[in-house]
Amino acid sequence: MKILVCISVVPDTTTKVKFIDGKEFDKAGVQWIINPWDELALTRALELKEASAGKIEKITVVNVGAVEAEATIRKALAMGADEAIRINTTAKDTFSVAGEISEAIKDQGFDVIFSGIESSDFNGVGVGGMIAEILDIQSVSAVSGIDFADDVFKVKRDIDGGFEMLEVKAPFVATVQKGIAIDPRIPNMRGIMMAKKKPLNVVESANCEPLSEYVQYEMPKPKPPVKLVENAAELVNVLHNEAKML
Amino acid sequence: MILIYTQNWDGKFKKLSYELVSYGAAIAKQMNTEVVALSIGNVANNELQSLGKYGASKVVSVNDPNLSVVDNKIYAKTISEAVNKYNAKVILFANNNEGKAIAPRISAKFKAALITGVGKLPKSVEPFVICKKVYTGKASVDVKVNSDIKVLTLFQNSFGVVEAPVDAEIETLELTIDTPTIKVIEQSKSTGKVLLNDAEIVVSGGRGMKSGDNWAGIEQLAEILNGGTACSRPVSDEGWRPHGEHVGQTGKIIAPNVYFALGISGAIQHLGGVSNSKCIVAINTDKEAPIFEAADYGIIGDVHKILPELIEEVKKLKS
Ligand SMILES: Cc1cc2nc3c(=O)[nH]c(=O)nc-3n(C[C@H](O)[C@H](O)[C@H](O)COP(=O)(O)OP(=O)(O)OC[C@H]3O[C@@H](n4cnc5c(N)ncnc54)[C@H](O)[C@@H]3O)c2cc1C
Ligand SMILES: Nc1ncnc2c1ncn2[C@@H]1O[C@H](COP(=O)(O)O)[C@@H](O)[C@H]1O
Repeated sequence: MKILVCISVVPDTTTKVKFIDGKEFDKAGVQWIINPWDELALTRALELKEASAGKIEKITVVNVGAVEAEATIRKALAMGADEAIRINTTAKDTFSVAGEISEAIKDQGFDVIFSGIESSDFNGVGVGGMIAEILDIQSVSAVSGIDFADDVFKVKRDIDGGFEMLEVKAPFVATVQKGIAIDPRIPNMRGIMMAKKKPLNVVESANCEPLSEYVQYEMPKPKPPVKLVENAAELVNVLHNEAKML
Repeated sequence: MILIYTQNWDGKFKKLSYELVSYGAAIAKQMNTEVVALSIGNVANNELQSLGKYGASKVVSVNDPNLSVVDNKIYAKTISEAVNKYNAKVILFANNNEGKAIAPRISAKFKAALITGVGKLPKSVEPFVICKKVYTGKASVDVKVNSDIKVLTLFQNSFGVVEAPVDAEIETLELTIDTPTIKVIEQSKSTGKVLLNDAEIVVSGGRGMKSGDNWAGIEQLAEILNGGTACSRPVSDEGWRPHGEHVGQTGKIIAPNVYFALGISGAIQHLGGVSNSKCIVAINTDKEAPIFEAADYGIIGDVHKILPELIEEVKKLKS
């Protein structure tokens, strides 16, 4: 069995975002990380492999990105992924990213493909489901737990108003969210050393065309300062009479 | 046509579906076209008819035992039949678990751009330009869509329910539905409680609540306000509250009318999940807490003292 984990490289979650003329994200001084859900997906994939007594042979990570992404991709290798693929182009929109990944991996026989439920920069909420449709395989979304035993995957997914436990046969795409793993795995010294020798294969882009373009960024309007009140009675009063919210 | 993917719970639509139809009807007006609502499952005729009140001139119902399990592949195929039949140009989903699961598949099927988490009407329809949040709510962007068909997911509670009554023509669509390839072995649904994504008022607690045992007040306030309950990430990490209540960059993203942040510092990752709320109310002992920069109203003080008073005051107001 082989697992693929799609990793998006995104600005650190504490980044104060800025744009150049509202047209382009300002990368100056930004720290890059693996998208938090992807990091959890990779952590869980590694745990599954370790518990599978050799049944899961390999964990591959894939990123669509420019050469700058490699430092972050190496971190995924340091966490324990066996190999990495970088598709050499900048991400344009969700559809083109999904197209690039599908094209690059379609003949590699991955049994499970993990993606995060959303990237914290584009918030596209699309790549995983699109890959499944392009490859014509099953997909399970909002996955908050996964186990592997007797050749079937037991998958927990959140539904609107509860959750379901499912049995899912490979191949499928799982778009994962919170709960899939508790904490992301932190690379240790040995992992970091080994990562340098692991394969990071660069493949050329299939030139998948985007379907949308980002034309103008805007920052939220500054909020008026908070209105402080003294006690609960006053609070209910302003919420009721002024804000008309209660 | 504008095609709306509605959701029902045990045969009943909720506000979310009415909001979707309302939003779809407004886009239909901009595009000079009409709204078809698609309903999957066993829904009575008068319930289907109710969608007309918000502007659906046609309601298409598909019902098949094989659709009792939400198999994303089969659902996408089913919806795509309706897209083809009604020549839909805009396909609308809710930005919830089910919508997010199926919309990307429809997008890829039709090479139709997917714009998730929209809340406002398109700025223009020719070319199609629509605003969406990016960087987890830290910014927004105008997206120009270049595909003939567009797939949108609507943030719940962002557009609102608007009545625009028309007579809905009900149609049953007979389709051959494949057998699901996924098997549900257990299902758990919280009944009676207001779902976090549906809630117009959300009462949320952070580490300042000190312990999971102190949640009775939060639940009580939520109940009187007919609202939902939420929490910050450390609270669910500690196991004080279930994971499904965690809001923020790595949790749920919500946009209620009122968000009560009780004992929550307001870290940037937390705000990512709640900054779209129409009104944020903070109670915190620390006047420097960043939550006060995001809040509309606030009290500097001890939540353990103020919450019981707040419950009493709200009770007074409601009686
Ligand atoms: C990658 C990443 C992703 C993250 N994602 C999320 C996310 O999605 N959601 C999220 O919430 N966090 C997230 N975090 C964590 C976030 O950075 C904060 O640590 C977290 O939000 C803090 O939670 P808190 O406000 O409950 O606790 P604290 O920061 O400990 O704040 C507690 C607050 O309670 C106040 N307080 C204490 N006692 C009282 C009292 N008696 N009465 C009133 N107020 C009191 C304090 O003044 C303080 O402001 C993420 C972090 C990282 C690194
Ligand atoms: N550039 C990328 N390279 C690889 N995977 C990506 C990329 N962008 C998004 N993904 C994957 O798709 C998920 C959802 O992203 P999005 O659809 O942009 O919200 C992410 O969590 C990643 O798993």
